[in-house]
Amino acid sequence: MAYPKEYRYTKEHEWIDLKGGVATVGITDYAQHELGDVVFVELPKVGYKTTAGKSFGTVESVKAVSEIYSPAAGEVIEANTALQNTPEKINTDPHGAAWLIKIRIANPAEITGLMDAAAYEAYIADKSKEASA
Amino acid sequence: MRYLPKSPVERHEMLAAIGAKSIDELFSSIPERYRLREALKLPGPLSEAEVIQYFKERAAENSGGYTSFLGAGVYNHLRSVVTDAILQRGEFLTSYTPYQAEISQGTLQAIFEFQTLMCQLTGQEVANASMYDGSTATTEAVLMAERLTGRRRVLVARSVHPEYRDVLKTYAKNSGLQVEEIGYAASGTLDTKALQAALKEDVAAVVVQSPNFFGVIEPVAALADIAHGPGAMLAVAVAEGVSLGAVRPPAEADIVAMEAQSFGLAPSYGGPFAGVIASRDKYVRQMPGRLAGQTTDAEGRRGFVLTLATREQHIRREKATSNICTNQALCALAATVHLTLLGKEGLREMAQQNISKAQFALAELLKVPGVRRAFDAPFFNEFTIKLPRSVKLVNTHLLREKIVGPFVLGTAYPELTKHALVCVTETTTRAEIERFAAALLRALEQPI
Amino acid sequence: MDEKIKKAGRHTSQSEGLIFEKSSPGKRAFELPPLDVPAIDPARALGASHRREGVEGFPEVSEIEVLRHFTRLSTWNYAIDLGMYPLGSCTMKYNPRVNEFVARLDGIATEHPYQPQELSQGCLKILRLLEQCLLEITGMDAITLQPAAGAQGELTGLLLIRAYLENQGNPRKKVLIPDSAHGTNPATAVIAGYQVENIKSESHGQIDVEKLRELVTPDVAALMITNPSTLGIFEQRIPEIAEILHAKGALLYMDGANMNALTGVTRPGDLGVDVMHLNLHKTFSTPHGGGGPGAGPVAMKKILEPFRPVPILVEKEGGRLALEQVRPNSIGRVKAFAGNFGVLVRALAYILAYGPGVRQATEDAVLNANYIRKHLEGVYELPYSLPSMHEVVFSDAIQKKNGVNTMDIAKRLIDYGFHPYTTAFPLIVPGALMIEPTESESKEECDLFIDAMKAIAREAATNPELVKTAPHTTRVRRLDEVAAARKPVLRWKPSTKSNAAD
Repeated sequence: MAYPKEYRYTKEHEWIDLKGGVATVGITDYAQHELGDVVFVELPKVGYKTTAGKSFGTVESVKAVSEIYSPAAGEVIEANTALQNTPEKINTDPHGAAWLIKIRIANPAEITGLMDAAAYEAYIADKSKEASA
Repeated sequence: MRYLPKSPVERHEMLAAIGAKSIDELFSSIPERYRLREALKLPGPLSEAEVIQYFKERAAENSGGYTSFLGAGVYNHLRSVVTDAILQRGEFLTSYTPYQAEISQGTLQAIFEFQTLMCQLTGQEVANASMYDGSTATTEAVLMAERLTGRRRVLVARSVHPEYRDVLKTYAKNSGLQVEEIGYAASGTLDTKALQAALKEDVAAVVVQSPNFFGVIEPVAALADIAHGPGAMLAVAVAEGVSLGAVRPPAEADIVAMEAQSFGLAPSYGGPFAGVIASRDKYVRQMPGRLAGQTTDAEGRRGFVLTLATREQHIRREKATSNICTNQALCALAATVHLTLLGKEGLREMAQQNISKAQFALAELLKVPGVRRAFDAPFFNEFTIKLPRSVKLVNTHLLREKIVGPFVLGTAYPELTKHALVCVTETTTRAEIERFAAALLRALEQPI
Repeated sequence: MDEKIKKAGRHTSQSEGLIFEKSSPGKRAFELPPLDVPAIDPARALGASHRREGVEGFPEVSEIEVLRHFTRLSTWNYAIDLGMYPLGSCTMKYNPRVNEFVARLDGIATEHPYQPQELSQGCLKILRLLEQCLLEITGMDAITLQPAAGAQGELTGLLLIRAYLENQGNPRKKVLIPDSAHGTNPATAVIAGYQVENIKSESHGQIDVEKLRELVTPDVAALMITNPSTLGIFEQRIPEIAEILHAKGALLYMDGANMNALTGVTRPGDLGVDVMHLNLHKTFSTPHGGGGPGAGPVAMKKILEPFRPVPILVEKEGGRLALEQVRPNSIGRVKAFAGNFGVLVRALAYILAYGPGVRQATEDAVLNANYIRKHLEGVYELPYSLPSMHEVVFSDAIQKKNGVNTMDIAKRLIDYGFHPYTTAFPLIVPGALMIEPTESESKEECDLFIDAMKAIAREAATNPELVKTAPHTTRVRRLDEVAAARKPVLRWKPSTKSNAAD
């Protein structure tokens, strides 16, 4: 799956789509693949205050729980509650329909400083090499 | 040794195959100075017959030949021999937790049936595969309410089993939970005025037991309304499960913590029993303990698996909902078989017999001069009476007449030294009840 | 399938639906003796608002149907009574039947925990003798039999440590836990009010003692160690580890899950351990029963004795035994009543049958593990080469090259008539195969297991698809765990009756 050029990426495998001070956050195709079939998503309520690098929710497969970390400080303005009933979307459309939350960002520089698609692809290529070594 | 399946020659062959000269070589990683040079000082070895003899001698030193009126969280009920015949099948007795679903379908389906029976009994939507016992289940119910509400204050009725409350205090002490106790009213039920005074928006749960420790039935629906006002949860402990055959289930509770001992488990000096947590579907992800769920295999056949395992300690480690690892699977199986044997009619009849016998016993005891009923709220198979003198003294006399007297409430409630908790089940005969009343009369006539 | 391996053949098993699907109004499997007092209308006794008219949906079936139902279900399970159950860390040994017999005796099973202590001397003597035996086996000074299982034993142990440190003025903040530890350890530490700090193992799979020296600060309350570790390896520097902790005022907790490797050979108390729990359902043969009940006694050094949970067994004048319910420094009560008494009875029956000869059981357990290791080394990768005690941990690294992982190999073992070993644990070994044969397996059964494991290794090389789709011979194939977790169905409901054709 291609990594959208306009997104930014974290080392914890979240993607961020920043538009007009609002960051849409999801997990990457690499992350969903590592996790396997997603069975449950736990998301914060609207109004929840996020902190950069702190967990705001979890994504679960049958035998693993993965924390999702906020890329920046801000306030949750929308959560993708549809995922509660269709967690499998995270496996099928991680970069689109399976976005997790939208955050109103306090300081957009926190986002723009993250990896772009090319840097992220290099980062995960390194990871895969490590795993097979 | 009869349990070990190897001959000396085979041991020798195996050592040779490993390339070790002696068995000691296999223990070489234990520093020499820490290895035991002498045999442990243990009694035995005993043959099978001697083992049986030892335990028969101990059994003879216990309460054989006495009639008991004790309940207080452990109840003597009829048990069919069929239950034990099933329990002693090696496929149930000697199997592990059903992680390998393909060769554990028997245990898994039985757990699924147990969960269903527990839901039906409690009026709740979802029940777990069991936990240690009623005391720890009550604690786990409180911890669950804490996770769900994010609040840390807990109001517990003093009429909850004293040992259940003790266990809760032990767990609460280091987890930042603040446990406060609410007294009882003259009727024996929870003091709702005191509850309302203490209930604020920082309360995670109100915990009651029904029938409560004094035997009386709590008005669960009304208490749920009160608790829900400021957003607290109502957790109801059920220590005497047979009551649910005749008493309205605690359906309005948010969490039910039940002790399943009454369903086919012997008193066994206090354990092993089985606790259960039952609750609502929407809270299932915060429930502790194992859960069996229905699914299908690759060819579409129905099958069962342990599910929602990400709540548990082996995956979440320090973030788990509970540190519990074992459940009481065999005890839960006993309850499943027992309740299936009883069935709808059997459970109803058993519950009704308990009510009839307890009512008869109360009437007989009230004929004894000076004996009074302590609380006037309805009860199931246990009731509290007030005697004109200390229950301890009375029980000493009863013991001479081969009667184990009622539970001495004064041991847990200093204000109730003359109060006794009498339990009568379907196993108690009319003759025993009459003999008890007659002995009580004599006991009260004794000069102090 | 290597047909030369004679462990398992095929046989039919009965189909059986849910008990609720057999129900028909009016059938019953249990009759009570007639009521010998006047019948009271429950509505009159309870009041209309408390009254219930029977339990909706409860089964109505006959006795033969109940017996067949559960007997049929039982045949779908694997069990120690059928064969080897090499689950690492679980110690699935023979459960002697005499233990079951004595636990059910009149005068044992029938006793009420609140009956007068003068009528309970038999029960109390059993508890005292078991205490004495376990103290001798562990080399400790004091013990509590209260905890209901290993995880509750762990919690009790940490609460003892906490109470002791608090009594000295500071409960401290952290508990150190090796990365190879059981998952219960960190979960327990949190409930005891401690933060968890992980210690990485060094390259041989042992605790990194130099690293430990750095990590033991005045904030550290204890180290929780499993010995032998979950790799089945004895922690050789454990006395030194104890000294490092003690020098800083911290204590050493030992998870006794693996005591089957040590009983009669060495004693944790002598090694410097301050407090430990035992899993009676592992080392002391009480049946697992499909996941419990267990018992998790906690043995400790003298310094922790005043903090034991109530009730406490004491000897009064004249040798009479009693349970004391009040102790000023006790951590409180961890479970109602006197422990899991029925489990304690079985454990004592086991110890009495062996006596000092229990060492032979330990030796045979270690012999079996090493015998299997010797024959499978090279066939499966051995990630840590230090000597094995009662269990051996391989990895699936060789088979992984053909896309076959530890879970696939485990599932294929089922076709050969064995219960799988423990998969994917300990976490520090990727693709772990954790094999614990116990002393209960004969040379013949070990040989069959080795042959089956070798046959599977060959299949993984020549026909990986066969292994990856195993098991092929069970009633049900691999079950859809994803569907089970996404849309949980956790109970039967009347509406599901229609799709219950099997």
